[in-house]
Amino acid sequence: MTSPSRGCAPRESAVRTFGLTKTYRGGSVAVKDLDLVVPYGAVMGFLGPNGSGKTTTIRMLLGLIEPTAGGCELLGAAMPGESGTVLPRVGALVEGPAFHPYLTGADNLRRLDAADRSTDRGDTEQRVSLALDRVGLLKAARKRFRAYSLGMKQRLAIASALLRPRDLLILDEPTNGLDPQGTREVRSLIADLAADGTTVLLSTHLLSEVEQVCSHVAVMHRGTLKAQGGLSELVSRSGRRVRVDSPEPSAAAEALRELGCAEVAEDLSGATAIPGEQPPEKIIAHVVGAGVPVVGFNVATPGLEELFVTLTGEGFDVGG
Amino acid sequence: MSVAEATTRRVRAPRGGMLGSELKLMLTRRRNLVGLVIMCLVPVVMGVVLWTTGSRDGGGPPFLSSIFGNGLFLILTNLLVQMTMFLPMAMSILAGDSIAGEANVGTLRYLLTVPVSRQRLLLTKFGALVIAAFGGVLLVCTVAGVTGVALFGTGDLLTLSGTTLPFAEALGRMVLIAVYVSISLTAVCAIGLFASTLTEQPIGAAIATFIWVLLDQIFGGLSAMDWLHPFLLSHYWSDWAGVLRDPVDWGGVAGGLIAPLVYVAVFVSAAWARFTTADITS
Repeated sequence: MTSPSRGCAPRESAVRTFGLTKTYRGGSVAVKDLDLVVPYGAVMGFLGPNGSGKTTTIRMLLGLIEPTAGGCELLGAAMPGESGTVLPRVGALVEGPAFHPYLTGADNLRRLDAADRSTDRGDTEQRVSLALDRVGLLKAARKRFRAYSLGMKQRLAIASALLRPRDLLILDEPTNGLDPQGTREVRSLIADLAADGTTVLLSTHLLSEVEQVCSHVAVMHRGTLKAQGGLSELVSRSGRRVRVDSPEPSAAAEALRELGCAEVAEDLSGATAIPGEQPPEKIIAHVVGAGVPVVGFNVATPGLEELFVTLTGEGFDVGG
Repeated sequence: MSVAEATTRRVRAPRGGMLGSELKLMLTRRRNLVGLVIMCLVPVVMGVVLWTTGSRDGGGPPFLSSIFGNGLFLILTNLLVQMTMFLPMAMSILAGDSIAGEANVGTLRYLLTVPVSRQRLLLTKFGALVIAAFGGVLLVCTVAGVTGVALFGTGDLLTLSGTTLPFAEALGRMVLIAVYVSISLTAVCAIGLFASTLTEQPIGAAIATFIWVLLDQIFGGLSAMDWLHPFLLSHYWSDWAGVLRDPVDWGGVAGGLIAPLVYVAVFVSAAWARFTTADITS
């Protein structure tokens, strides 16, 4: 595996991949040439349809799968080479909770803690209880894992990621199976952790979740990265549209064209266009100045959902 | 329950790190405990049956008739019986479960991201299996010994060289035999560990391992395949008989340990090669 030259690694990236590629036996490409950057302190929503390569990417980040080409760094350390020193600082939830069914929730956490050489044996009980309390599982600590509901299992997996202080959390669909209260709690938990400076990579397909908790977003489709960056920049960059409501749609459309707006379209009650560099107030002034009767004007910023569909297509097809 | 309350409560704090946690996991599985109880019942049943029906004038196979002089012979009879089936099967099940069991429930990915290095996980799993082999054999032998002594007394032990040993020394020989059998079983552990790295189905790995052991014994019984016999594990399984000579035939006993140790080296290496490079997609 290639290692990056140490000097050029930007210190502000908590996660960084370069040319990360995974081709499975039989030739199917799961992830292709991925250059993902998660800045320190960011909460990055990692989006993509089912089968777009998110989980494969996460598994490569954690050293569970060896990349076919390229490499990755967590917290500035090359993976999987330095996994022994860097992974204790990384809490992970990969493809749903998985614990020993016949052990209690607390015993499952104790087992993971016993395997962790970086923690102090003396305060295991304290950390296990704190982690369970943080996800609201303290009352069920002595129940066997097999008796847990789906939401409780999910909470236990989050608790295992919080067994010790972490600098980076990689959470693969943490709210899967949670009831609305649980979803809210997890969301506020993530917000709290981020406020403390923990970087979070949050893989999800709930766009509303991303809009509420994420500062950054990366969108994958069929193994490639379609877009990444700050959430507000990405959304605003992707086609803000102005709409002029007017009884004379063609006149409104003409005025917009005069301003140099792109993709002008008219319908029965008005015209829409991409404003380009023009500030909205200048557009209003121009349209009114051109004598167009204006009954309404707005600037519509498309939601994340529109952005997502634009980048990944509409269909139900699962990417190979 | 508040955090403070939960943390101040005295709990049976597990100490001893990962190996301890591994052994605890093994010992808290009901399936394993039931298996252990069954293996311990075999010598008890065998002893009682011999005690109630056996004629004290001999007439049975040599080992069986010797029981009536010294109860410790029940240990040997029991080992001969259990090595054909129960002990290798128990180790096959435990070893098949080692890696594949974790992969099957998905805990493997969480252990590896703790992180536990793959070498360390493999060695811990193998260490736990070896401890289980020694512990299991020791327990079964203890039960057999206690049953035997209770039913047949503590007379002198007749060695294969025709001399007799006092009870205390005979007891020491029995410990040596238990160690010999345990080492023989570590080869089964190694085969199972390797099988366990190949699949996510613990039962599949266990069955594959046990079939290997069965074939080993079947081939060992075919005189047409005598060229193969020196390479078979079961060929050496009763070579602890050297311990029952007076003095002990150390050369013969040590020779019988070469095969299991070679098996361990080969299969643990194979497991290491496989497991440290495999993609964990479970």
